[in-house]
Amino acid sequence: MLTCYQPAAIAGKWLPLEKDGLHDTSNPGLKLLQSPAEALANLPPDNAGNQVNWHKAMEQGLINPRSSLSGAKEPEILDLDILMEDTRGALMVLFPHKVHTQWLDCENCHEKLFKYETGATPISMGDILNGESCGVCHGAVAFPLTECNRCHKIPREQ
Amino acid sequence: MRQHQKSYGVKTVAACLLLLVGTTAAAEYADIILNKLSEKEGMRPVIFSHWFHRIRFQCRVCHNELRFEMRVGSTDVNMDDISQGKFCGACHNGEIAWTTENCDLCHTGAPGLSTGVRGGHQTLGPGIW
Repeated sequence: MLTCYQPAAIAGKWLPLEKDGLHDTSNPGLKLLQSPAEALANLPPDNAGNQVNWHKAMEQGLINPRSSLSGAKEPEILDLDILMEDTRGALMVLFPHKVHTQWLDCENCHEKLFKYETGATPISMGDILNGESCGVCHGAVAFPLTECNRCHKIPREQ
Repeated sequence: MRQHQKSYGVKTVAACLLLLVGTTAAAEYADIILNKLSEKEGMRPVIFSHWFHRIRFQCRVCHNELRFEMRVGSTDVNMDDISQGKFCGACHNGEIAWTTENCDLCHTGAPGLSTGVRGGHQTLGPGIW
């Protein structure tokens, strides 16, 4: 059921801060803050989350977020895909270390969330939907859980 | 154990239903409300915008180097720490970003907001985020 759901394209709709329902409109500092549209409109579009493809934005050099506070430390990038075969009726998951290590350190996931050993940590959509496991990020900050086929993408025939 | 499983199942079904319903929330995806201390101290809640910060810093900077836990509300952040250069204060020191004298630039939330992840175009989970 979940794999059938695709949100409608919503690209290009960023509300100004004063209309987002969170910011206090009586705050005099509000007008000094950058608006989402100003920051995000020129980045590669997406149909979910911030409506920005953050991975592409970094790959294309449109953003260059620092990898350390000083900017001097080189991040450790790991180019290693992990195939997760036990996905019941869903397409298999291909987990790319590369894109994750372009943003995160190994310690962010290992071993607080996942053991280093492949397959040693059970992963379930129940946990993920409840904000655990992959759901610590996906569904909160990284692309949301409506985007099933970004993880579940490998047919069993291959 | 069985009761736990039942509760877990209900939460999962609720999460799936919310996921399918979609969202009418208007704020930007992954906006964070921090209000464990703010309003108790007479300040507006803080709104931390991930979209603004991730343009400038990779996740690892705050969530490893600066020791912010990857769970909203699980890292206690107070102004004393920030003034001493910890957490937000590692940047908000007048060198990388604005100083802590600019209260109204971080404490921007409407009164009464509770700590948590907000924003539209997101998975509407059971609220654990």
